[in-house]
Formats: sequence, structure tokens, C-alpha cells
Amino acid sequence: MGYTLTEKIIMRNTKKSSVTPGELLNVNVDRVMVHDIFAPFVVEKFREMGFEKVWNPDKIVFVYDHLVPTSFIEDFRHHKIADAFAAEQHIKAVHRADGVCHQLMPELRYVVPGQVVFGTDSHTTTYGAIGSFSTGIGYTEMAAIFGTGQLWIKVPPTLKFTINGELPKGVYSKDIILRILGDIGADGGTYKALEFGGSTIKGLSISSRMTLSNMAVEAGAKVGVIEPDEKTFAFSGVEGSQFQDLKSDPDASYEKVFNYDASTFKPVVACPSNVDNISDVEALLGTKIDQGFIGSCTNGRFEDLEVAAKILKGRKIAPFTKLIVTPASRSIYAEAAKAGIIGILVEAGAIMNPPACGLCCGRSGGIVSDGERVIATNNRNFLGRMGSPKSEIFLASPATVAAAALEGKIVDPRKYL
Amino acid sequence: MIKGKVWKFGNDVDTDQIIPSQYLLLPNVEEMKQYTFEPLDENFASTVCPGDIIVGGENFGSGSSREQAPLVLKALGISAVVAKSFARIFFRNAINIGLPVVICKEVYDAVEQKDTLEIDVLKGTIKNVTKDRNFTSTKLPAHVMNILEAGGLIGFLNKK
Repeated sequence: MGYTLTEKIIMRNTKKSSVTPGELLNVNVDRVMVHDIFAPFVVEKFREMGFEKVWNPDKIVFVYDHLVPTSFIEDFRHHKIADAFAAEQHIKAVHRADGVCHQLMPELRYVVPGQVVFGTDSHTTTYGAIGSFSTGIGYTEMAAIFGTGQLWIKVPPTLKFTINGELPKGVYSKDIILRILGDIGADGGTYKALEFGGSTIKGLSISSRMTLSNMAVEAGAKVGVIEPDEKTFAFSGVEGSQFQDLKSDPDASYEKVFNYDASTFKPVVACPSNVDNISDVEALLGTKIDQGFIGSCTNGRFEDLEVAAKILKGRKIAPFTKLIVTPASRSIYAEAAKAGIIGILVEAGAIMNPPACGLCCGRSGGIVSDGERVIATNNRNFLGRMGSPKSEIFLASPATVAAAALEGKIVDPRKYL
Repeated sequence: MIKGKVWKFGNDVDTDQIIPSQYLLLPNVEEMKQYTFEPLDENFASTVCPGDIIVGGENFGSGSSREQAPLVLKALGISAVVAKSFARIFFRNAINIGLPVVICKEVYDAVEQKDTLEIDVLKGTIKNVTKDRNFTSTKLPAHVMNILEAGGLIGFLNKK
């Protein structure tokens, strides 16, 4: 009997020769990530559990991103507590203003294919894009990992999404994942592994693949994995020959297989206030918007800024419309600046925010008030996510958001491409 | 045995609705709990009584990993959350802080606001006392039940 990619990663970690969906087992944690919002709580629970030393300081990464730069007087307390704990426990990987955690973990190679990784954030699923088993947990469980290096998991069944063919113009991985979410629903993957494959996925950049895995959690999934290939090995700086086991077997058993023809995909939008409330962009043409947001761990990478610049070059965003742009990391920001992309965005009227979570988690950088409507590239459009519960959030690809900012209303991005 | 009055919510109640992110930095759960369910029902926190039970539809607790979501419910004295299904992280977080989470598909349509439920988590039974109807719920795996019975992961680890 064959195994899925997710099962193979778990087998690699536990050195077991077989695993079955539903089985509870302990995994040895390869790396953990804690961001600034939850760092003080992890530290507090770690102490309450009676631990004195972390199991391995080199496997712990702290990323300050939700509260960077600080917006309120109280924010700094989180950084101070995390800094003190890192110093006490000899944790060297502390990123104080380098970008969003889920971008940094793969970018800085804290996560490589085949690893089992946990983070105190639901979008930890992002690293499935490079063939790791990675998912979000709460701070109490993270404190237990800090002390023991282990965590129990339930082996998930897998839903496989096979997408073949060439994507039409103006359609991106964001449109793929939004359509899948619309098809299976916001709980369609609860407790399951999603696996994305097929020639379309093979053709995507690592950045685009990260968008898919990032939003796997929006279907409730535990992980969202993609088989690592030459692109992955180059990105992660590893020797591919060491990871040949990380492939789903042809006779692997899936709970369900979904087949898609890439040519049938269109630009789509998730309407307020659920990620699975999907509509073709064509059905929303003319919907007035007040603010665009391009950024986040979902779509704040170089290629996202690049496509926005392509659409905005030499043009101005609509009067009374705001466009917030937040690169996902410092290195992406620097690269985009060197390539002239930042200049184009700023000249078009964009407000550049520092590389951090910012508006996506509703804490800073463009908070919206009653009646305002946002179109955004991030992963959640929940009620009140970016400020007032009386505002509305639409989710779309960077191209669709950039085009909407130009006209102050939802338009078909393909006319600008 | 858990017994309490029902507060009924819909499907896909996400963690931003349970406790919006702008309140996550308040210094403690006592200050945070007054904002529980604020986007859905501004009066919830001031009218809920210790012992009350939350009943939700599918995918209760979806969204972020914030442990404060089950924590504010526990701090308000909620004795259990019963739902058709739970989001994974919320479910684990609830167990880890010792808040009973009960999966039952059938009870949802047979319960109204303010009904009284009796729940036996160990046996996997739920009774709607008001309507005199009985239901069975999914039993938790032994390891998970042990954590819940120890009052959460801290109690469980300290016992070990």
C-alpha cells in the first residue's frame, strides 16, 4: 500500500515504516516559530509548567511582526519579554523587523523540505509549499514543545487537488486557492491534509505555491503540502537526492481527489465575510471600494509587487481611494526597491508600509471604519478583521487589487495586462 | 456532569468574532473577557452566566490560533462548547486549557436559545432537559480525555 506526501513526512520524522490516518502519535519537532503577539504567553506557560531550559535553543525562532513597528505603548512589552527570554535561553534566531514570520521561515531556510514544524499562528501551513509538515498551535502547546521537543498529532487523511494545464492570462495561484475554497467550503478540509499537484502547480514559482499552502488553513486544513522538486531544492539550498522519499506513491490512498483543468480558472474574489464566499470578478464589476491592500504572508512577495507595478506604471490610483502596500519581508522590499517597483507604486499613489503583518491582522497601517470597503490580497475577510465590524473586506489577487485601486471599484484586471 | 443554559450561534463562528484581535494585548483575560463575541452580540459578556453552554454549528472557532478564544469563554464561566464540528486549532486549544468541547451533529437543530442542556463528556451523552430529548456525542480519545480531566495541558504535564 502506498502513502501520501503528508504520511511520508510523518514517517520520515517518526522513523515508522507505516502510518494510518486517524492514528495518534508523537512527532519530534524540527523547528518552531513564535511571533510577538503570543511570545509573552508562551514564556508564562513555560514557567507554569515548571520547565527551566528549552529543549533546544537552536530550533526556536522568534519573529516580531504583528507589533512592528509598535503602534501602542503596551506593544513593546511583548518584544521586551521575548528579548529577555531569548537571552536567558540562548535563542539566537530573533527577527525584530525583518518581515512576516511565514515569509521569513522558508526564505531564511529555518524550514526545509521534510521537516515537522509548528508555529503559534494558523498560517504556519505556508511551509507546506516546500514540502514540510507545518501547522499552527496555541501558546500552551508551544510552551510544552519548548520544554519537551515533542507534540502529539493525529495523522490526517488527504484531499488531493490535481490541476493540469496552463493558467489563463490574469489568473494567479490566489485565484486557484480561492476557487478551491469556494468549492470545498471553509470547513471542507477540517483536520485534513490538502495536497496540491499537477502540471500547473509544477509550473508555479515557490512564491505562488506559498499562497496555496498559506490559505489551506482557510478550509480548516491541518497542512497544505506540495511535493518538493528542483525549484524547491534550489530555493531551500538543499541537495535533492536527500529528499527522494518526499513523493506521494501512485497507489497512495486519498480521501478524495479533485481534478481541475487550469484553463477553466478565472480571476475571482472572496466576498464579505467568509473566505469561501467566492464570486467571479465579472459578477462584481463596478463594486465601489475605498481601499486596496497588497501585502501579507499570502501575497506580499516580489512577484506580487511586480504585477501590481505592471498595472500601476504611469497611472494614478482613483481619487479618494487608498492603496496600502506592505512587502512580506525586508529582503523583498529591498529587491523591489532595486528593481524600481517601489518607485512605480509610490508614484501611482500607494502608501508603503514596513514589512510586517500590519493591516492584515487589523492592528495598524490602514485600519478601516464604518461603511468602508477594502479589497485585499491577504487571507481573511472576517467581520471586523481590519477594523470596524461595519466595514467589508473582499479578497483577491494582487492584479485584481491593483486594478481596483486604479478605478476605485472592482474591475477585470485582464484589461490592464 | 455539566448542566447549563444555551447560547446558540451559527456556522463558521471564527476567532475574530469570539475575541477581536484589537483586544488580544490587554494585560489579562479578566479585562479581555468583557469583549467576548462583541462583533456578534455586544451584550453577551454582560449577560452570560457561569455554567452556561455555547452551542455552535459547523466549523466553530475557525481562523486564528489565538488561545484567548477558548480562554475568554472559560473565564466567563462557560462550562462547555457543543458544536457540529470544530476548527482544529480551537479544538486543541480548548482541551489544553481544560474547556470541554463536545462534537454532536444532531443536537444543534433540536436546541433553542435558553434551553437547558446536561452533558456527560466521559459517557458522550447530551440531554436537552427543556425538550426532554437525548443525544450522543463523539467520545474523545483517551489521551485527549486525560488532558481535559487534568484541567488542561499544564495540569497534565505537572501530574506527569
